[in-house]
Amino acid sequence: MTHNSYIYILIMAVVTFAVRALPITLIRRQIKSRFLQSFLFYVPYVTLSVMTFPAILNATQSPISGALALLAGIIAAWFGASLFKVAVSCCAVVLIVEFILPFI
Amino acid sequence: MQSTKEKNSTAFRDGIRDGIPIALGYLAVSFSLGIAAKNAGLSVFQSFIVSALCNASAGEYAGITLIAAKAAYIEIAIMTFIANARYMLMTCALSQRISPDTSLIHRMIMGFYTTDELFAISISRPGYANPFYMYGAVAVAAPGWAFGTALGAIAGSILPLRLVSALSVALYGMFLAVIIPPARKNKIIAGIIIFCFAASYAAASLPIFSGISEGTKTIILTVVISTAAAVLFPRNIEEV
Repeated sequence: MTHNSYIYILIMAVVTFAVRALPITLIRRQIKSRFLQSFLFYVPYVTLSVMTFPAILNATQSPISGALALLAGIIAAWFGASLFKVAVSCCAVVLIVEFILPFI
Repeated sequence: MQSTKEKNSTAFRDGIRDGIPIALGYLAVSFSLGIAAKNAGLSVFQSFIVSALCNASAGEYAGITLIAAKAAYIEIAIMTFIANARYMLMTCALSQRISPDTSLIHRMIMGFYTTDELFAISISRPGYANPFYMYGAVAVAAPGWAFGTALGAIAGSILPLRLVSALSVALYGMFLAVIIPPARKNKIIAGIIIFCFAASYAAASLPIFSGISEGTKTIILTVVISTAAAVLFPRNIEEV
């Protein structure tokens, strides 16, 4: 089966829009289900965690630089660095580590 | 007493001001998304429209990894839904914070641009959230996101490998910037993140899971762990 990139993009766009637009246009009351609220509350943390590790180890040229970038990102975010600073810290660590690594 | 029109134009200008740091962050992060899109076989134009139409870091990234894997259409639809499920919670919250007489078109545009950061600044202001404040921020942040992605797709193949390798972790940095600060305040979230790392590592390395695609693994792990967390650690409604 062949796949068309534009169909992929269209599916992504429609689903993404539906997820966001339906609650704000249809739901005018607070969600009552405690389970559903809790589930929706935990989803972002779980999805982002699962997508970050171990994928970050394979994103760089060496797993060591990926691991150190993860550590740097966690530390920077823990101490309240902005989104931009956290992202740049991770990049800087990879750049430095991969520059030094061949000499070790 | 300001007229509504004056109020809206003030809100729009405030939005532009508050949107500038977000735009800078988006530019760096979407750049790495563009590199991923290019690696998945998307053209520069396709990378641009993905970001212009979706405005979702994790959702787009999940979709792009599935495009790279030539996944089934249904798989990409489910994954996009799961990766963006948190926006349902945000637009639910936003629906409680906008004036009840906000028109359908304003609701739809606000929904379209509900990202983690734009949502955060929109509800941080006292009183009803003014759509024009959000539009001001969107006016600078959304182009930063879309053009950043296109630049990543262009430059990803020109830049030296070492630099691409460094920039490709920016996206993970953004994920960490979203999940880590709440983990510092909430031990349950911290525990869940550690558990997720371990479970995800196990799913990636154990041979019994090797037949399952990357995206399906993320869907299964997300649904199973979030359900377990909701059952074991239900939230008080007021906490959200």
